[in-house]
Amino acid sequence: MEEKRHTLSVLVENTPGALARIAGLFSGRGFNIDSLCVAETLDLTLSHLTLVTHGDEFIVEQIIKQLRRLIDVYKVVNVTEEKKYVEREMALIKVRAEKEYREEIFRICEIFRCKIVDVSPRSYIIEVTGDREKLQAVIELLKPIGIKEIARTGTIAIKREKKSP
Amino acid sequence: MTGAQMIIEALKKERIEVIFGYPGGAVIDIYDELYKNPEIKHVLVRHEQGAAHAADGYARSTGKVGVVLVTSGPGSTNTVTGIATAYMDSIPIVVLTGQVPTKLIGNDAFQEVDTTGITRPITKHNFLIKRIEDLPKILKSAFYIASTGRPGPVVVDIPKDIQQAKGEFNYPDEIELRSYNPVYEPHVKQIEKAYSLLEQAERPVLLLGGGVISSGASPEAIKLAELLNLPVTMTLMGLGSFPGEHEQSLGMLGMHGTYYANMAVANCDVLLAVGARFDDRVTGKVDAFAPGAKIIHIDIDPTSIQKNVKVHVPIVADCKRALTRILEIVRRVKKPKRYWKERFKEWWEQIDIWRKRYPLSYKKDPNYIKPQFVIEKLYEFTKGEAIIATEVGQNQMWAAQYYKFKYPRTLITSGGLGTMGFGFPASIGAQIGNPDKLVIDVAGDGSIQMNIQELATAVEQKLPIKIIILNNGYLGMVRQWQGLFYGKRYSQVKFHILPDFVKLAEAYGAVGMKITRPEEVEPVLKKVLNMNSLVILDVHIASEENVFPMVPAGKSTTEMILV
Ligand SMILES: Cc1ncc(C[n+]2csc(CCOP(=O)(O)OP(=O)(O)O)c2C)c(N)n1
Ligand SMILES: [Mg+2]
Repeated sequence: MEEKRHTLSVLVENTPGALARIAGLFSGRGFNIDSLCVAETLDLTLSHLTLVTHGDEFIVEQIIKQLRRLIDVYKVVNVTEEKKYVEREMALIKVRAEKEYREEIFRICEIFRCKIVDVSPRSYIIEVTGDREKLQAVIELLKPIGIKEIARTGTIAIKREKKSP
Repeated sequence: MTGAQMIIEALKKERIEVIFGYPGGAVIDIYDELYKNPEIKHVLVRHEQGAAHAADGYARSTGKVGVVLVTSGPGSTNTVTGIATAYMDSIPIVVLTGQVPTKLIGNDAFQEVDTTGITRPITKHNFLIKRIEDLPKILKSAFYIASTGRPGPVVVDIPKDIQQAKGEFNYPDEIELRSYNPVYEPHVKQIEKAYSLLEQAERPVLLLGGGVISSGASPEAIKLAELLNLPVTMTLMGLGSFPGEHEQSLGMLGMHGTYYANMAVANCDVLLAVGARFDDRVTGKVDAFAPGAKIIHIDIDPTSIQKNVKVHVPIVADCKRALTRILEIVRRVKKPKRYWKERFKEWWEQIDIWRKRYPLSYKKDPNYIKPQFVIEKLYEFTKGEAIIATEVGQNQMWAAQYYKFKYPRTLITSGGLGTMGFGFPASIGAQIGNPDKLVIDVAGDGSIQMNIQELATAVEQKLPIKIIILNNGYLGMVRQWQGLFYGKRYSQVKFHILPDFVKLAEAYGAVGMKITRPEEVEPVLKKVLNMNSLVILDVHIASEENVFPMVPAGKSTTEMILV
């Protein structure tokens, strides 16, 4: 069966054990976590978790059911299945920036609408936001110049509203 | 009111009559309150594992929630096997553990362990209480979560300063948790689909699991089977949900199931599975399990459905309600019993051929006591009215095969985890919950030694439990595997020293007896069953007897070793 990437949007009770429970579920049952993002929501009693995983149809169905079974999990949506959703990730990339590379860096930043957020004589820090493919493209282009360090957020996602009522 | 007092009050509100526990520094405040509240009976065990199993046996045999109280650190870790056992078999217990004071948590304080961390994967849910204000609501939630939906163990970890802190006790009568809403009522469409599959079936089988017992659905299952003339098989956990001696019962299926149950499932065209989770001990090689069948699966836990086998009609619901809804259709459609009799006549003829070809059987021997014979006699003498706890291994399988469990909640056995040392402490809980019933632990010489210390508890509580040790001098089930699949290399399965179980019983103030000859079985067993005290009967059985039929692990269920 075909393995696919799935982005799950999970609302959980904002309790101390909740995250450990979810992480433990994945390790205990041998499910994959590709990335995991946690933040508060407007309702402070809930946290919003965006979890990227991969697996065939049956595994992903199990993952969702197992998540729903956790007492602290309020809601699970497989946003990948909804088709219409917005997905973003951010990366901070520290790249070599000796004089001879700067022009190339500027060009890449312009094309991909990245921001240079810190400048030092030998390196820049570039902020890039977008979907995974875009981030990957920027990284690939910067690699030959020399990436010193990367910090990435992991994916966050949200469902689009229907356009017509 | 102090936290400790709130705990006692909460137990009263939950109508808890008995708790199983062991004191220590981190729960001394709670024990102080227990001292002042003798109406809550406390059973002092000799090891915390015993407390957890006893609470579990109490819960399994009564359907009520079992409660455990232990101290922090080693007290809590000693309950881990008991909690995992209850978790695997979906048994409602609430385990209250003491914890070091909140300000010391994380400091490696004396007798500190991360109880919620350790028990997270083996509980339905757990709580660490950090504020006295949360205590009443969390205790209410713990009982609610343990006993509703798919039941299971819940741990509440209570730091010592919370037990001493003062607060207001507002214990909710009812509770709603927005993130926990078990589904009880089945989907009408699914029920209709299930019925129409049954109607089209030519070779149906009804498979009953532990969920039938925990949801109290046994009467409905019997009704449905009888109205539709369905052959019935049960998992180990389902034994007792359908009377073992009923002519429609095929007994247990799976690794040590009957030949005819496994053949019926392998050849059926519709399998109605109720409250069973298709464990590997039941399915054997999954691809070869009921290969031609459309499977209808009723279970309260959505994760059990489509986990191991592909299901055609999934029904997420309480087993009792789902069966009730199917019965409503059966009554509405009003096909006479005759119709179903006729409809499945050929199927039953085939099943009867299998039954005759390989009935459950064993070779008699005039020189050795056969364990199967002991269980047969146990059934005969108790008329199936006893509660049978088992240990784990061959003893467990012989009990499952040869005691024809008549009623739900009469077999108390560790199915999912297979915990040696479970049966005896569990029978303590069962006897306390059922003072008027005869409670018997069918034991192995290995397993019984794993919680033998609880003899003191049982004698102290004046419990007339009967422990029947099927003593083969071996870790028999492991030896059986070594014999069949490891070239008879009996590695570390022979006990060269066994205690004298008769003297051991006497040392604890119980009665001990031993038999070695087949002709002793009937008279001595009769006598033992009529005694009003705790008895260990040490039965020296044929030491290399095996459990058959057997489906080797990973093989298809039709590839049985028969004798
Ligand atoms: C706590 C625990 N340890 C190990 C095992 C593995 N095991 C399964 S059956 C068995 C042998 C049990 O021996 P005994 O109690 O004498 O029962 P018999 O099979 O001889 O009837 C063992 C060691 C287990 N199930 N539980
Ligand atoms: Mg043995």
